[in-house]
Amino acid sequence: MTALTMVGRVVERQSRVYRRVWRGSVFSAFLAPLMFLAAIGLGLGGLVDKSSGEVDGLSYLVFVTPGLLAASVMQTATGESLWPIMAGTKWLRTFHGMLATPLGVAAIFGGHVTWVAIRIILSSSVFLAVAALLGGVVSAWAPLAIPAAVLTAVAFAAPLSAYAATQDTDLTFGPIMRLVVQPLFLFSGTFFPVEQLPSWLQPLAALSPLWHGVELCRAATTGQGSAPAILVHVLVLLAVIAAGSAVGVRTFKRRLAP
Amino acid sequence: MWKTWPAPGVAPVALSDVSESRPGPVITGSDLTKSFGAHQAVRGIDFEVEAGESFGFLGPNGAGKTSTMRMIGCVSPLSGGELRVLGMDPRVDGAKIRARLGVVPQEDTLDTELTVWDNLVIYGRYFGLPRSLLRSRCQELLEFVQLADRRDSLVDPLSGGMRRRLSIARGLVNDPDVLLLDEPTTGLDPQARHLVWERLYQLQNRGVTQVLTTHYMEEAEQLCDRLVIMDEGRIVDEGAPAELIAKHSTREVVELRFPSEADRRSALPRLEALGERIEVLAERVLVYSSDGEAAVSWMHGDGLEPSSVLVRRSTLEDVFLHLTGRSLNE
Ligand SMILES: Nc1ncnc2c1ncn2[C@@H]1O[C@H](COP(=O)(O)OP(=O)(O)OP(=O)(O)O)[C@@H](O)[C@H]1O
Ligand SMILES: [Mg+2]
Repeated sequence: MTALTMVGRVVERQSRVYRRVWRGSVFSAFLAPLMFLAAIGLGLGGLVDKSSGEVDGLSYLVFVTPGLLAASVMQTATGESLWPIMAGTKWLRTFHGMLATPLGVAAIFGGHVTWVAIRIILSSSVFLAVAALLGGVVSAWAPLAIPAAVLTAVAFAAPLSAYAATQDTDLTFGPIMRLVVQPLFLFSGTFFPVEQLPSWLQPLAALSPLWHGVELCRAATTGQGSAPAILVHVLVLLAVIAAGSAVGVRTFKRRLAP
Repeated sequence: MWKTWPAPGVAPVALSDVSESRPGPVITGSDLTKSFGAHQAVRGIDFEVEAGESFGFLGPNGAGKTSTMRMIGCVSPLSGGELRVLGMDPRVDGAKIRARLGVVPQEDTLDTELTVWDNLVIYGRYFGLPRSLLRSRCQELLEFVQLADRRDSLVDPLSGGMRRRLSIARGLVNDPDVLLLDEPTTGLDPQARHLVWERLYQLQNRGVTQVLTTHYMEEAEQLCDRLVIMDEGRIVDEGAPAELIAKHSTREVVELRFPSEADRRSALPRLEALGERIEVLAERVLVYSSDGEAAVSWMHGDGLEPSSVLVRRSTLEDVFLHLTGRSLNE
């Protein structure tokens, strides 16, 4: 088996499980982001547009659509890469079962991350289609927001999975959601441009992978953005993914094959 | 029956031809060690497993059995020494070796998010097996472990014995050359245990090489052609169960309990003279003798009155006791 086939076999297992339990994730992966879009994009957006006219030359709905897309895929990827990793390594020990076969730790890690990517392709396609119907998407480049969303999601999935494999309990996972993911969700150029932040805070946004993801998605759905900036965002996300994966294969190995 | 199935991945026919024409050891460990930090779990063991045999590691909790099995299973790097499995080096060819092993780990790793059927099929997919092959093979395996009627059940509702049998079926899905069983019946009630043993006999009759660990002497006697006795990371002796018993114990053992500690103490000197040797345990005194009945009547003639007397054959438990001074399950 090639490395790619092995990753495919892990994905096959994940999709088999998903066929049984997909109903449980419909709300968080598909409906919740659309509710945000309706409430914030249309509801709040109406107010914003009335008082200030536009944000960065865009209607608020158009501005916030890519922000919500990137932020919601970050949340999905995060949730999929903390507790499910704990399940695979400790609670259900599924990863240990996989490791007794020709699949190695790299295939197990890669299979997990690839499965997250596939889930994101599904959910972001639905989100974009509905957003387009509501008028939140104004560019023919918009389909590129899907790969942008995947990059964003994997930039969270890879390092967080790597981290989750080092943990013996899930005690830190709740705080990570509240203290890391939630602030990023709010302050990464999602709901308002980072220029609105106090000037000393603005450079920090560049440290947030989500900000790079939001900017990429926004470039795709609005058709605005300079090529060099886009390139930088892509490279930053790829670097985070590469580092997260390199560390992840090591932490998985330490956990599964001591 | 599944010796006729094509093995996964690498040229199956050629491989089985090789092992048949050259029936050397399938697993060789020499001076094998495993450390976890400062703690040495396996302290330099040597052993050889021949093709087609059923080989056991018998030892108490913490002896290093699982650590050894995990190294053989190529899911735990060696700390020192040499290990060859199926002619390959686990450090280099881990994935290739794992492709030809079947593993039933001490702690179940069944996929509780999948049904019984999917547990087998998906596991077969991890070995790169085609779905068409798996459809017939998994059905046969379910029948073999008597779980065909639970095919669509999830794993959680299964009893411990059923789960163990499912683990065994899953370990056979790639038609392995060697089956590794880490404590195959620990925690099972006697009936479930016998059901598992019976399946394992059948596999032995089909020529599947088995390596198993256990701390039940009865299991070791029932299932192993040959075994090593492990204690504190070392191998203390090896041989066929009957050989080891003949070497380290007498034919029979008289187990005595006394009404009080004082009675027992006063009896000890006379018991020493009764058999070849005695072992004094927490509650029992064991008298080793080639003729238990004779020893008992001699004892009664001597005026000794234990509260209970039991004459039995020597077992591996006695061998372990003799070799280590401790009993196997304490
Ligand atoms: N991952 C690990 N990290 C640290 N120590 C370990 C690890 N695995 C095993 N050990 C230690 O190594 C020793 C041998 O353990 P091992 O599991 O190999 O014994 P065992 O013979 O299988 O025992 P049991 O009958 O209880 O299953 C024990 O002292 C155990 O605590
Ligand atoms: Mg063990």
